Amino acid sequence: MRTLKFLLRKEFRQIFRNKSLLPIIFILPMIQLLIMPLAADFDVKNINLSIVDNDHSAYTSRLIAKIGSSGYFHIKGYQSSYKEALRLVEKDRADIILEIPAGFERNLIRESSQKVFLAADAINGIKGSLGSAYLSSVLSDFNDQLRIQWVQPQKFSPQATIDIATVNWFNPLLNYQFFMVPGILVILVTMVGGFIAALNIVKEKEMGTIEQINVTPVKKWQFIAGKLIPFWLIGMFDFTIGLLIARFVYGIIPLGQLGTLYLFLSVYLLALLGFGLLISTYSDNQLQAMFVAFFFIMIFILMSGLFTSVDNMPVWARWLSRMTPVTYFIDVVRMVILKGSGLADIKNQLFIELGFAVVLNGWAILNYRKTS
Amino acid sequence: MSEKAIVCKDLTKQFGDFIAVNKISFEVNTGEIYGFLGANGAGKTTAMRMLCGLSYPTSGEATVAGFNVSRQQESIKKNIGYMSQKFSLYENLTIKENIEFYGGIYGLTDRQLKDKQEELIGKLGLEKEVKKLVGELPLGWKQKLAFSVAILHQPKIVFLDEPTGGVDPVTRRQFWDLIYEASAKGITIFVTTHYMDEAEYCGRLSIMVDGRIDALDTPANLKKQFSAATMDEVFYALARGAKRSAD
Amino acid sequence: MQQFLVFVRKEFHHVFRDKRTLLILFGLPVMQILLFGFALTTEIRNARILIVDDARDIASQQITQQVAASTYFSLEKNALTHDDLYKAFREGKIKCALIFPPHFNDDLLHFNKAQVQIIADASDPNTAKTLTNYLSAIIGDYQKRLNSTAVLPYRIEPELRMLYNPELNGSLNFIPGVIALVLMIVCTTLTSVSIVREKEMGTMEILLVSPFKPIYVILSKAVPYLALSLLNFILILLLSVYLLGVPIRGNIFLLFGESTLFIISCLSFGLLISGLTNSQQTAMLVSMMGMMLPTILFTGFLFPLENMPVPLQVISNIIPAKWYYIIVKAVMLKGMGFATIWKETLVLIGMTLFLLTISLKRFKIRLA
Repeated sequence: MRTLKFLLRKEFRQIFRNKSLLPIIFILPMIQLLIMPLAADFDVKNINLSIVDNDHSAYTSRLIAKIGSSGYFHIKGYQSSYKEALRLVEKDRADIILEIPAGFERNLIRESSQKVFLAADAINGIKGSLGSAYLSSVLSDFNDQLRIQWVQPQKFSPQATIDIATVNWFNPLLNYQFFMVPGILVILVTMVGGFIAALNIVKEKEMGTIEQINVTPVKKWQFIAGKLIPFWLIGMFDFTIGLLIARFVYGIIPLGQLGTLYLFLSVYLLALLGFGLLISTYSDNQLQAMFVAFFFIMIFILMSGLFTSVDNMPVWARWLSRMTPVTYFIDVVRMVILKGSGLADIKNQLFIELGFAVVLNGWAILNYRKTS
Repeated sequence: MSEKAIVCKDLTKQFGDFIAVNKISFEVNTGEIYGFLGANGAGKTTAMRMLCGLSYPTSGEATVAGFNVSRQQESIKKNIGYMSQKFSLYENLTIKENIEFYGGIYGLTDRQLKDKQEELIGKLGLEKEVKKLVGELPLGWKQKLAFSVAILHQPKIVFLDEPTGGVDPVTRRQFWDLIYEASAKGITIFVTTHYMDEAEYCGRLSIMVDGRIDALDTPANLKKQFSAATMDEVFYALARGAKRSAD
Repeated sequence: MQQFLVFVRKEFHHVFRDKRTLLILFGLPVMQILLFGFALTTEIRNARILIVDDARDIASQQITQQVAASTYFSLEKNALTHDDLYKAFREGKIKCALIFPPHFNDDLLHFNKAQVQIIADASDPNTAKTLTNYLSAIIGDYQKRLNSTAVLPYRIEPELRMLYNPELNGSLNFIPGVIALVLMIVCTTLTSVSIVREKEMGTMEILLVSPFKPIYVILSKAVPYLALSLLNFILILLLSVYLLGVPIRGNIFLLFGESTLFIISCLSFGLLISGLTNSQQTAMLVSMMGMMLPTILFTGFLFPLENMPVPLQVISNIIPAKWYYIIVKAVMLKGMGFATIWKETLVLIGMTLFLLTISLKRFKIRLA
């Protein structure tokens, strides 16, 4: 125990004296947390619309006004032809084109139906389809308004309508940051735990001080604990600061118990540190460790459901995602903070994460031999 | 048997087909200064690692401080000190912090640590540098400090792997003064070196060539044996025919 | 010239000898393409939906059938009571619920009006919105079918055309971004690390003391990595085209030209970074981690730039990857020519020259 005390003292001293490491452990996460949620808004809005109005009638003006006030679109310009509008789309300046044919108002009344043309840049499939769906729905609303204006309701046969009442649970304002910030908290901690911890151990290997330790009576578990505990603590600390930022900058107050969150965090950090430890046992120098850690952590993060939901992935990818420790923490952090899930709700994830911790650490400890 | 610090019998280390250390046998008496010499690639470091409990022998036997190198490594480690080519003091810790760390993990009490710190700093004349990080010290100081830290816990044997690389002759001489002092206190010194003048300082020495010990005796006897005026020539005579040239 | 080639060859040796470098060089792009092409998508599939059918009549059943048939939804088989509903959401077992009140069909027939309720798990707002939209569309369809006998007067009929990607292939949006990301990371990292490695090992001084002009030393570093990055680029293109079905609609030479320009800008970045530090570790940390985040954020392929607060949008303009992304989309996916992207190209050229100038200047200063 006393040996451990000395090991820890040395580790902390070294960490705090490492001028290039400190910003990465403490400042970078904060910057991430402050900038990323602002940037990470997948909501489909701010759609650039180019309008080709060949009619220029009072009704088209009303239509355009209605589109503008819907809140989804930025009217980028009024082009005089489809070709011109298309050029905007080619240059990435417009996302959708609405072409209103000449004689719109006149034809609508005379023929009782009139086509309008929509062309959407579908490279971003979601934007293209949702954007055109929104535009169509504005058109449909406008259509209904016109109809009621022109025709008495009894004149056409009664329509059956199904009213849809939508309720949004857990995030009634559909605030995107509520979704992103907890996830980014996880990434923050993951970088520190997985990446930096691995580097730290390899550094000793590189410098030869590991051999010096192997020659002493320091036991294997003491050495490993001495390496992991500081980063476990730093991870906890980073997460706490992150929670504070979430609270005071984004107004996110966890609905569930903090205790549950921290319990899972402790296990998660163990798993992650085990991963870093494992990498370090297979690397001889820091460059190698960094490359390998970076490669895997990138996969973990991308597959974890942070940016794109796991449920959208094909079956094989979902299996892959279930095999990474990060996925479960992302699940849990969102469930506890946003839905108020309790220990009972997350017990499956907890057990799996525990499994990761045991396997990764166990494997790493087996690898690390004082005598070879 | 327990009077012998190190006993080595047919110690062998094999990596696949390559026999790095080939059935070496020798004994080191308690309190001796024993030189373990050899050309690059002869197998010195490999042999030393086995004796320190860092590597399992492929065959053969050895005891260090009475403990078996194949089965009792942890006991060996409690009783030895080690100073490697890379020094392995933490460069970004201060002198005091290094002493505290190494002393602490060898089990010295707080009281002992404090005493040792004062003693060591006083002896080496490092009072002015106490606040400095080890990395800022000149090479010679680092080496002396590393040695002192290696024997902090009064080990029975201290292993030195080319401890004096890269410093001037005066500093080397001062280093060897420290070694003599330690030896006088009863610590057995097991040292490898490339400097043949240092070989003269040893009580006895052995010379490894291509994994085997080709000579083992006092410097004087060896010079007589090979009709050489200096250890340099003895070494040259033996190592010239060596087939391996790198570790 | 001969000596130049010697240096270049040495650099190639460095790269190919280290397995981990190869991992990054070729493994990373492949991994990214596979992930972004096949696994990662913002398109919703198999969202677990629970239908609480208190009506159990023909209308509710028909709508249920439609939902079950849709690829967007996966019907949750277990019947749950209203109380269990909250728990199911909390445990993440279902993403949304559709509730039919009793007498649903009767209400429709007799009163021409009926209500349904959709509950969505809005912890992921985008998914919630999308699911709500899809559900509403299905219900709206049913409504239309009910009313199909009635023909409305004064119908505005929108005709929709999806440009460039009618099959709505999800990869198309990501792939140009992934190309930019991979080239940026790999190129910058390898360049900066290799230069710093020489500094660390002390061989840089040897090189500089040689009769070689400093500019040639730098070129000898740049050329291999330029070549390797182009190779990388070809690899990614092949994967995208043959594995993911991404088209190359425009002029392939133009694409290569622009990519070479972008690669050179990444090389200059790497050069700049190498000038800032003497430790390989720092060079790596800055190149990989430091560059990765801004590139992912500000290129616009993952996070829509137009949704960001204005200051961030301004920042995005100084990231070369952002301009390259627009160029690749235009040339590769829209089949555009130089006329469309000359502005972006100019910006890229400007950035590249700027970076090259500063980094070369720094290099010279260090020597003097």
